Amino acid sequence: MKLPALAAACTGLFGLATALAFFYAPTDADQGLSQRIFYFHVPLALTSYVCFGWGAWKALGYLRTRRESADLESYVAIHQGVIFGALTLLTGSIWARISWGVWWSWNEDQLVLFLVLFLFYCAYFMLRFSIEPGPARANMCAVYALFGAVLIPVSFLAIRLSKRFIHPVVFNSHGPQMTGAQFLTFCVCLAAMLGLFATLYAIELAGKRLDGSLRELKELLR
Amino acid sequence: MTQSEKYTAAAYLVVFLAVLVYVVIIGSKLQRLQRELAQLVEQVRENRADG
Repeated sequence: MKLPALAAACTGLFGLATALAFFYAPTDADQGLSQRIFYFHVPLALTSYVCFGWGAWKALGYLRTRRESADLESYVAIHQGVIFGALTLLTGSIWARISWGVWWSWNEDQLVLFLVLFLFYCAYFMLRFSIEPGPARANMCAVYALFGAVLIPVSFLAIRLSKRFIHPVVFNSHGPQMTGAQFLTFCVCLAAMLGLFATLYAIELAGKRLDGSLRELKELLR
Repeated sequence: MTQSEKYTAAAYLVVFLAVLVYVVIIGSKLQRLQRELAQLVEQVRENRADG
């Protein structure tokens, strides 16, 4: 799909997702209005997992083929994952404040493991920008990105493995624990977030490739 | 506006603001690339005029 069409589709989906979250999905009997944060918070978290997973997949691609573009794609996906991860933590913190009365709870395995995953990928940038560009940097970054991928299922399953939690479990072995309208809204919100990732990924990648070509051109003209 | 409404609005605003800031950053980067490209075009023109 061309970038303008992707951006237009993503904007439309985002508008629809927000409208459904506020005007279509029923108000939760237990949590009230603040439960609507769920429609952005959970898709943001799932999208950050997708970003990190995609980054790891591209890193694996780099290690197999040694294509420079795979290294760049891995870096851009991880950059997007960190942005979505930061938004997950921010929206989750706001939701925790209204639901639990605290901004953060260190006793929650799900929260702490997501923070560990987020910080692990933040450190990826320290590694990347502390080494001169070249094959050595690409190799180390690819291995690091692959290690991080191990944390994704651990973080995702933490809430299901944990015995003591106050973090709600919406998806369990019996399927989604919500009404049809809530599930539809959630699916549209998830599609909007994935669309946002695809759009921002394509834009950032195009910008980075253009930047690289311009640098190469400058060198040739010297 | 109740506390619940304020926090819910804040959570959604955080996401929209982050996307807006990201678009502004990408936009400024693209402007820089456009300037650099224009400089390169100018340089090539000068090189051709010289020889």
